[in-house]
Amino acid sequence: MNIHEYQAKELFRKYGVPTPRGHIAFTPDEAVRAAQELGGSLWVVKAQIHAGGRGLGGGVKLAKSTAEVKELAKEIIGMNLVTHQTGPEGKLVQKVYVEEGADIQREYYLGMVLDRASEMPVMMASTEGGMEIEEVAAHHPEKIVKIAIDPLIGFQGFHGRVLAFGLGLEKDEAINFIKFASALYTVYMENDAEMIEINPLIMTGKGEFLALDAKMGFDNNALYRQSKIAEMRDLSEEEPTEIEAGKYGLSYIKLDGNVGCMVNGAGLAMGTMDTINYEGGQPANFLDVGGTANAETVAKGFEIILADPNVKAIFVNIFGGIVRCDRVANGILEAAKITKVDVPVIVRLDGTNAKEAKEILDNAGISNIIAATDLADGAKKAVAAAKGAN
Amino acid sequence: MSILVNKDTKVIVQGFTGKEGTFHAEQCLAYGTKIVGGVTPGKGGQQHLGKPVYNTVKEAVADTGATVSMIFVPPAFVADAVMEAAESGITLAVIITEGAPVKDMMYAKAYAQKRGTMTIGPNCPGIITAEECKIGIMPGFIFKKGNVGLISKSGTLTYESANQVVKEGFGITTAVGIGGDPIIGLSYKQLLPMFENDPETKAIVMIGEIGGTLEIEAAEYIKEHVTKPVVAFIAGQTAPKGKRMGHAGAIISGGSGTAQEKMEALQAAGVKVVVSPADIGKAVAEVMKK
Repeated sequence: MNIHEYQAKELFRKYGVPTPRGHIAFTPDEAVRAAQELGGSLWVVKAQIHAGGRGLGGGVKLAKSTAEVKELAKEIIGMNLVTHQTGPEGKLVQKVYVEEGADIQREYYLGMVLDRASEMPVMMASTEGGMEIEEVAAHHPEKIVKIAIDPLIGFQGFHGRVLAFGLGLEKDEAINFIKFASALYTVYMENDAEMIEINPLIMTGKGEFLALDAKMGFDNNALYRQSKIAEMRDLSEEEPTEIEAGKYGLSYIKLDGNVGCMVNGAGLAMGTMDTINYEGGQPANFLDVGGTANAETVAKGFEIILADPNVKAIFVNIFGGIVRCDRVANGILEAAKITKVDVPVIVRLDGTNAKEAKEILDNAGISNIIAATDLADGAKKAVAAAKGAN
Repeated sequence: MSILVNKDTKVIVQGFTGKEGTFHAEQCLAYGTKIVGGVTPGKGGQQHLGKPVYNTVKEAVADTGATVSMIFVPPAFVADAVMEAAESGITLAVIITEGAPVKDMMYAKAYAQKRGTMTIGPNCPGIITAEECKIGIMPGFIFKKGNVGLISKSGTLTYESANQVVKEGFGITTAVGIGGDPIIGLSYKQLLPMFENDPETKAIVMIGEIGGTLEIEAAEYIKEHVTKPVVAFIAGQTAPKGKRMGHAGAIISGGSGTAQEKMEALQAAGVKVVVSPADIGKAVAEVMKK
């Protein structure tokens, strides 16, 4: 789960990670009040969406008067912001963060993420602040300083020194940086974060460090014990169909093709997409129905897949382990009654009670349900059916 | 022969009397697994499925001589259960539970390693030595005895692959579902040498996924140390970047961890890489007949 910049900064301040002061605003008038409360003569109006590249897309602007704050807020709230991370359809901006202007001396990058190789969180810093870190990693890997932090010892001074001196900081600057990094480590660990990115991290004229931007993602498995973080979830930032699927224990991701897929297990679901692709088709989605494929979840799955107008055929691929295939077959028949399925449905059921399942489907005599013998056969039939419909 | 577990392996179940624990322990017993008892704090002294229940792993180990634990406790208690197993002399903890926080697994695995305890999972189907010992939730009947070792991040793809191997007239020595979470226990790199050293295993199937670098490490290891033929499939060739495909670990971030780079690395290491998972069985037949 991801949160907004303003929420991440609130969390930072709680742990003593310095950020510029700022307030969230849902209307231009609120933005003006925010600017007045902050005082000063320079403000930044920042679109709050869950995507990077907001500045380039026109979602981050400087204001030199409260009148300008109002104008910019008017412009940004309600705009459809397109960045390299939103996709071409963009995202509707519903709120802006009004922040005091900062005295930027230098810009850095600071991030934290789980390093799966060392199985520890790793902190990464770079002098190339403001740049995409993936770009820096690809072209100037020497400009990134990294250190894995063993959680059994926590953040020590030496971790900070490796990073600070790696960035070429002077002694007093280094002391400020290490304090910042140490507090950031605590934010990461105590909140079950899986990612923090501060880009840019700035050093002011006084040699102090401030998080000018903040992105944070959290481990969904830990949200049960992070109720304050869970409350920050902004459903308007997520795909409505994915949220709906989640309510039924289904994991759904929309893709661009025309062959819908319904599969049990994440690996087999990906494998099914790959097989469709291999047979010359394009998968319309990823859908994992999980360990219990019953009539209700199958019906919901059909409904979600068919909400996508591109879908011309559906491939149901279930490998019954603990789940019995005959039950799934009955589930499919029932689901076909609940949800109007008007595209060919190719069904491959293998594993426990597969024979009985095939009989059930054959005897049902529903013309648009086509039985498949194995994975390749099912994928071929589904791709052919989708092509035939065009 | 086989790897890690066989018909003599003594197994306890942590979370024995819960719904999941009960159902799957029953299935494992029916398969022939030597489940010698279980642990449910507060229910010590009772009998469950005809086996003794203990309050602590320590007591269970002392009383039964178990060396392997199958863990079914709820996600919030997984780390505690793994550490207790490690503390009590269990040599292999198989963690079936799905949904354990990553931070917990980070601590639990580090501690288990310190105590010399191997772990499998979490969020995995478990481990099975065909027709001898099933420790997990896989449908046992698919796994006919044979000479193919199987390592897989994905549960249902393990079943799919084993089924294809069997349909081609071959069988399985041991199949290990290692799980697809960001932090997992035994991985390809630790399991490959076990299969390499197992005289019964003649070929190895490895099923990977997008995300992380375990398959790349495996490729490097295979190149240097594995003489037996390896067949591999990497799921998620068609997965878009930045989208999490069900498993918490199955995500392509920053352009790395793609199926493409893993497939290339494996191919370069001499592995027979199949593009479609429907061809796993055929590929195994090819390398076995050589």
